[in-house]
Amino acid sequence: MVTKPPTPRDALSGSMTLASERDIVATRRLVRELTQELKFTLVDQTKMITAASELSRNAVIYGHGGVMRWEIVTNGLQTGLRLAFEDQGPGIPDTDLALTDGWTSGTGMGIGLSGSRRLVNDFELRTVVGAGTCVTVTRWR
Amino acid sequence: MDRIPILKMGRCLLVTIQVDLLDQTALALQDDLSERIATTAAQGVLIDISALEIVDSFVGRILGSISGIAAVMGATLVVVGMQPAVAITLVELGLSLAGVRTALDVERGMSLLQADERSRGGD
Amino acid sequence: MKQENALFDDVLKAGPEAFLESWLSEATQSGDSAPITKTAPQDARELMDSLQDAVRAGADLTRFEGEAWSRTRSVLAELSRSRAAQGASAGETSYFVLAIKKPLFAGLRKLLDGSPQHAFDAVWAASTLVDRMAQWTATTYQRSREDVILRQQQELLELSTPVVKLWEGVLAVPMIGTLDSSRTQLVMESLLTRIVETGSELAIIDITGVPTVDTLVAQHLLKTVTAIRLMGADCIISGIRPQIAQTIVQLGIDLQGIITKATLADALSLALKKGGWAVSRHAR
Repeated sequence: MVTKPPTPRDALSGSMTLASERDIVATRRLVRELTQELKFTLVDQTKMITAASELSRNAVIYGHGGVMRWEIVTNGLQTGLRLAFEDQGPGIPDTDLALTDGWTSGTGMGIGLSGSRRLVNDFELRTVVGAGTCVTVTRWR
Repeated sequence: MDRIPILKMGRCLLVTIQVDLLDQTALALQDDLSERIATTAAQGVLIDISALEIVDSFVGRILGSISGIAAVMGATLVVVGMQPAVAITLVELGLSLAGVRTALDVERGMSLLQADERSRGGD
Repeated sequence: MKQENALFDDVLKAGPEAFLESWLSEATQSGDSAPITKTAPQDARELMDSLQDAVRAGADLTRFEGEAWSRTRSVLAELSRSRAAQGASAGETSYFVLAIKKPLFAGLRKLLDGSPQHAFDAVWAASTLVDRMAQWTATTYQRSREDVILRQQQELLELSTPVVKLWEGVLAVPMIGTLDSSRTQLVMESLLTRIVETGSELAIIDITGVPTVDTLVAQHLLKTVTAIRLMGADCIISGIRPQIAQTIVQLGIDLQGIITKATLADALSLALKKGGWAVSRHAR
């Protein structure tokens, strides 16, 4: 469920619950709207939406549900979109392994995590076993 | 839940994906296709993804699975109409979709399937 | 808050023409160039109108990001967009907004003559509001400039890697210069788009003009070819000079079954054959 209306304007941040499969589709839709408003090129939109799809699925399936927070950011010169996917799931025991292509925790988290990293400009993974995971990605226009 | 319709055209099955897929819809498509290939003894399956703007690893794996399942049942899968942005993203994502035949559009996809049928000796 | 709103409204309606005149004379003092000065009166009037509306509607003067200020924000955004397009500087554009302080403060001082504390509070509120407006203007100005620059970059890159149709179903891209990731990105995009537009099943990438091919360049080429194949087309790489061929072998680069040809002519010949074309020559 979206907590802030998706059409913009002046809203520079917001969040979305990630509880079920439907939320994965909703994530794609929201990120599409946001990247379109920020006037990302079509390829950059596609990359960001695909990364968001992977990460929201990870949160729903492996993280047992979570939340996505979005924020329009600037580094002085460029405008960008930052997405943070946070869950209170089991966490990832071996992050190096998780970020290796082809790693899978059984049903295929592998390529989603490592692949997403290649689709964005900035990638940050914070995880604590038994407590949860937070993946933050940023794409600059 | 909405299921993606499967059309039969001669010895081929045609699927057009026009909506943003829920994971379960994609899985249902895999099940439905597997069943239809068996019941119709189809020789070819064509999946048109020209309207699909996002193909992530889940959908990619489903396409790979369908390709494998079809092959085991003696049919060829052809995926057509992949959008440029999708292709670029898939490559970056690291999904090769190895083993999945592709064609630019439905017309070429059908020629490919027919050529395949002929080379297999048809019937 | 309401009290200050009423005050501002009084200032704005006390003598709008004089207000605008004072504002414009202050704004153009910074040496605004001629074309911008022409639209300045119009811009000022519209901005003043939107301010009046907002103030009368009870807008919170300390929350410029609020809903009540949305018209003012869009007026300012339009202002910075048009100035950015005309080539005005960020400074000139935000100064235009800051200049409103002159008539605003003067008006407040006149109204509150005799109550200095009150006057100070009102001037502070006014100053903070105008500063937020100028900040907003600067931000939207920056975004507009970014858009312009982005578009120009895009056009420049597109010009340097043209995709040509060599034959029915055969496209060619002559790569000239070093092949880096942003260049590759662009080639991929334009090539793949043209493949879809023309329905071409074969693309020839000619690297005669690429000085060196190392593992990184090879990676970029391979990515491009993979994308082409994913879409259902295929690729030939031509223009492989002897030194490049040696480097490829030495580095152990696996070209993954991509057909390579020494010259564009050879590549075209192969492409035609694949497409079922036969070229015949008549005795002259």
